[in-house]
Amino acid sequence: MRAAQTYGLVAEFPSAEGLVIAARAARQAGYSRMEAYTPFPVEDLHDALDLPPSKVPMIVLAGGITGCLGGFGLAYWASAIAYPMNIGGKALNSWPAFIVPTFECTILVASLSAVLGMLALNGLPQPYHPLFNVERFSHASQDGYFLAIEARDKKFDPAATKAFLQGLNPSEVTEVGY
Amino acid sequence: MALSEQEALHQAIVPPKPPFIAPGHSPGTVTEKISEIVLTRKTPRWWFVGFGIAFILVMGFLYAVTKLVFEGTGLWGVNIPVGWGFAIVNFVWWIGIGHAGTLISAILLLLRQSWRTSINRFAEAMTIFAVACAGIFPIIHTGRPWLAYWLLPYPNTMGVWPNFRSPLVWDVFAVSTYATVSLLFWYMGLIPDLATLRDRAQNKPAQIIYGMLSMGWRGGSRHWQNYETAYLLMAGIATPLVLSVHTVVSFDFAAGVVPGWHTTIFPPYFVAGAIFAGFAMVLTLTLPLRAVFGLQDFITQRHVQNMAKVMLATGLIVAYGYIIEAFTGWYSGSHYEHFMMLNRIKGPYGFQYAMLWLCNILAPQVLWIRFFRTNPVALWIVAMFVNVGMWLERYIIVITSLHRDFLPSSWGEYAGTRFDWMIFVGTLGLFVALLFLFIRFLPMISIAEMRHMAHQTAHSSGTKEKA
Repeated sequence: MRAAQTYGLVAEFPSAEGLVIAARAARQAGYSRMEAYTPFPVEDLHDALDLPPSKVPMIVLAGGITGCLGGFGLAYWASAIAYPMNIGGKALNSWPAFIVPTFECTILVASLSAVLGMLALNGLPQPYHPLFNVERFSHASQDGYFLAIEARDKKFDPAATKAFLQGLNPSEVTEVGY
Repeated sequence: MALSEQEALHQAIVPPKPPFIAPGHSPGTVTEKISEIVLTRKTPRWWFVGFGIAFILVMGFLYAVTKLVFEGTGLWGVNIPVGWGFAIVNFVWWIGIGHAGTLISAILLLLRQSWRTSINRFAEAMTIFAVACAGIFPIIHTGRPWLAYWLLPYPNTMGVWPNFRSPLVWDVFAVSTYATVSLLFWYMGLIPDLATLRDRAQNKPAQIIYGMLSMGWRGGSRHWQNYETAYLLMAGIATPLVLSVHTVVSFDFAAGVVPGWHTTIFPPYFVAGAIFAGFAMVLTLTLPLRAVFGLQDFITQRHVQNMAKVMLATGLIVAYGYIIEAFTGWYSGSHYEHFMMLNRIKGPYGFQYAMLWLCNILAPQVLWIRFFRTNPVALWIVAMFVNVGMWLERYIIVITSLHRDFLPSSWGEYAGTRFDWMIFVGTLGLFVALLFLFIRFLPMISIAEMRHMAHQTAHSSGTKEKA
């Protein structure tokens, strides 16, 4: 079995604070392909792992603009071009009346892009992930705090990385197989 | 030293508020306590009894709707001049109830009201089920529900498009957007909790189903970062949406020329009424659930009091709406508006109008007294008054304005038939049945948010040792 046959190493920590300290230490030690797993959002980890800002806002903005233009375009096209009807001499492009559908379409497309964009950026749905092979990892959604370093990391070395993680006061270090 | 003296004085005068989660909880205990309701606790007998009753009502509903589809809306009490009867009353009532859920989950999140955490999941579920019940009515009210898709703009061989200048088309957009966004918001909030259930489930089918629904959520910090950003943006998007939905519903009335409908007070007064009705429904449901599931640690006395206060405040806005409505009737100088107001008070529906004032304006005033905000039974009774009162409000608005409008020769009277009642009570059954399924199969309190809160509470109260 070659080293590439393992996904990496995962260390469990007894507290969120311990995980933050460990993540910071791992980044200072030069590891980059790593991820921290927690049962609730821990803001300090963004800084500890040096995460770039989320791309979700741009996706939502693009979705909102699309919905806005699409909604108004639909109302305008249907009322003024495809099916023009003279009702009481009102203008065909009676735009104040189109504000409600425009607004609702803006909201609809923006929120669809928020949720679908979040899922896409997170690579979900993804029913299988190597980390699910680790028995204790089920606690990542309950009360466990995990730091995983991937084998793809340039600095990764099965023995040295394991020793490094063990020096960070984890409760357990496990090898993750595919 | 002056500072610490001041601090001590402040402590003595203003005792610290109790936390929104009972002391002694850690992320682990919160997870266990909420997920055991779904996963390990034996389904109690009252669940089967309650679900059974609701299910029978749903069967009655299906019977009545089937008969309606075969025979037409003549089964209802609607006729000219009252062409909008129970269907519209129920539609507006249900949609209004839904509003509290979005208010709790979105607006209170933006206002950093952390007490929303333990009630938002449940309130959002209530929103979705209420909107589902509301959506049924306009569709069956079309008379030919199998052609209801004509309301949507789609290219068709008839070459016809909906009239985008019509409030009824606005309503289609507003309500369908509201239903979709509420569902998305709710589902997104559920994803981390579904992962918890996946990881705690003991049997294979549950693991597979919750596993599929959780989409492989792992709780990585990148996951959480995108998730939290999206959640906050959804809250920001849902806030103007919820205010717009009942506004658009009120346009159905306000854009018409019928006396009693054609007023500018309608949008704000409808929105306030919606929140009022919604909080009443949240209280109606959470007070008994909290007692039977022993969730007093999470839905504390402070939550209940806060909800009572919101109900009182929005109730006062509604009262203002009623007063301005009456004032407009007099001040407009319009003969028809004037008559409409007098007819409401003294006409054939005067009793319902009086009951409306009793239920919506007088009854909630007892909430100024602490006892009524803290005693669950008393508060539940007040909430029931509001539920009934808000239904009566819509009944008064729809019926009294239509039954005697401009020409006395075309006046008439209206009463619901047994099919009207069967369908209305049937949607109550549908609502309750869906809620029963929800509390049985999904966590009714957001586990992930409660874990976060338990973590923060443990740290801010000075307990530095680790859980």
